[in-house]
Amino acid sequence: MARVLINLPARAKRGEVIEIKTLIAHPMETGYRVGPIGTAIPRDIINRFVCTYNGAEVFRAELFPAIAANPFIAFFTVATESGEIAFSWTDDHGETQTEVRQITVE
Amino acid sequence: MKAVALALVAAAAAAAAAEIAPENRRSGYEFAAPETRAMQDDDSANPGILGVLQGSALWAAKTGTGDRSCADCHGDAPSSMKGVAARYPAFDPALGRPVDLEQRINRCRTEHQGAAPLAWESADLLALTAFVAYQSRGLPIAGSKNAELRPFLDQGSELFHRREGQLNLSCSQCHDDNWGKRLSGAVIPQGHPTGYPVYRLEWQSLGSLQRRLRNCMIGVRAEPFEYGAPEAVALELYLMGRASGMPLETPAVRP
Repeated sequence: MARVLINLPARAKRGEVIEIKTLIAHPMETGYRVGPIGTAIPRDIINRFVCTYNGAEVFRAELFPAIAANPFIAFFTVATESGEIAFSWTDDHGETQTEVRQITVE
Repeated sequence: MKAVALALVAAAAAAAAAEIAPENRRSGYEFAAPETRAMQDDDSANPGILGVLQGSALWAAKTGTGDRSCADCHGDAPSSMKGVAARYPAFDPALGRPVDLEQRINRCRTEHQGAAPLAWESADLLALTAFVAYQSRGLPIAGSKNAELRPFLDQGSELFHRREGQLNLSCSQCHDDNWGKRLSGAVIPQGHPTGYPVYRLEWQSLGSLQRRLRNCMIGVRAEPFEYGAPEAVALELYLMGRASGMPLETPAVRP
């Protein structure tokens, strides 16, 4: 499991626009580099990021090889109701890491 | 007459290589772009914090034949490690020379945990070092007053002021005499090691002060010190003394 930092308000007012910031540890190896003995280093990047709010998708991003290691993704959404905000990152191996955070909307 | 001329030349040389006055000292932070500074200032955007988190897990993990974690001896890091990084490199009586924080962690591993030392620049060693140094964030660097360090400080100072490499430059010629000017596109900072291990955008990872020193040495086309070489530690010691009183920023973000 890669280390993840997620920053979002624990509480928000209904209808408030909230900023969500995410940071995940990942090498984002481009596939264009060669190792010390000249062999290509295989591509290994996170290629997809999805955020769902109580099951409904609110943000999605496709990532490409030019994105730096440890990708930082920040975005905004509207706080509609209390519940779970889930974040998932999918890499080139097809593995998905999901993190869930709670938000209380009053 | 000749003696006077020589004395004048010596005085001019000394003036050119003058140390930076304490009130003029600036951290590399102040030379960084606003976006880079914002990244360092926001713990949810600073990628170095990922290393600190990893270090926090390693701190509590039992390892080696001793089956002990760092926490088993040192307890709660925020209290036990507070201020420690600010006074490293420190004199090691057993070795009779100073060791830096990475070497101290590895000596702890081999002597007390019965574990293999972590490789230089490995993610685990950088993470543990960053975690320990993070406990001193905001505290002033306390250049060690240990009298036994004096010869090593002198050695570090000599290395800092000695020209080397095919470009025949000393550290001092850039970082004392020409800081604030540009070396191609980049501003020359004063070379204060205030935020190590540092997250360097160029590296896309955390890296140690020794890695940074090797970078500079390769830049002037000198043969870099091996990782852990006594000369490298002496230079680290001198640099920490030179930055004495400046607050630690670990994990700093630099371009």
